Amino acid sequence: MDLSLSTRNVSGPVGDRTVVEVGGEIDVYTAPKLREQLVELVNDGSYHLVVDMEGVDFLDSTGLGVLVGGLKRVRAHEGSLRLVCNQERILKIFRITGLTKVFPIHNTVEEAVAATD
Amino acid sequence: MATVELRFSAQPEHVRTARLVAAAVARRAGVDEAVLDEVRLAVGEACSRAVGLHRGHGITAPVRVVLTDEDKTFSIEVGDEVPGPGADGRTASGPRDAAEEDADGEDDMGLAVISGLVDDLEVSSTDVGGVIRMSWPVTPVSVLP
Repeated sequence: MDLSLSTRNVSGPVGDRTVVEVGGEIDVYTAPKLREQLVELVNDGSYHLVVDMEGVDFLDSTGLGVLVGGLKRVRAHEGSLRLVCNQERILKIFRITGLTKVFPIHNTVEEAVAATD
Repeated sequence: MATVELRFSAQPEHVRTARLVAAAVARRAGVDEAVLDEVRLAVGEACSRAVGLHRGHGITAPVRVVLTDEDKTFSIEVGDEVPGPGADGRTASGPRDAAEEDADGEDDMGLAVISGLVDDLEVSSTDVGGVIRMSWPVTPVSVLP
């Protein structure tokens, strides 16, 4: 399965958030598309991102690298990058790489949108 | 002992094929269903790393994946043809360009993921290339008559 991406703006209690809904497989082949999307959003002035990974079937370290790169970019603008993920197989990858300490990971988009920095 | 060998051009789009083949062969070999996700991820990481090394060093030779079903274990070897550190003075992670700046440490992260997933792991490197060897226990399956 290829990667699917869609974005929408959501007004939350702590301000506007851009939700990036990702579906399919994030690997060495598809990760560049996600990177382009995150770079484009930041270049367009969206600094508070919520990446919804509920539709992701597969994630590897290339995908992790892109998410870390996205975090670096939004932080340069005092922004935030939050993840939404409930899938154990995906969460496991964040745990074994220690990235659960780097990314705030939420159960729902609503929770991520309402979260304060 | 049965072996399936796969060779693919060092292109990112083929890594998914390698994952699918490895998972199919592992399932057939009797690797526990609960572990198949780990096999898929580990072989994907090893292949992504090999593809990156070949592309970074301009090597046109294919990446090699050998899947072996032994009595009690299922093993996967992913081989690249990039000489190890010391052979040409460069590090195994190869040269980088500006487009890859977000990917800093990605090779290391790939290896970190593999070592976090796989208990039985050997990473070796010689002057003809590197090999990542991983193995998993196999649940004996009753042979149908």
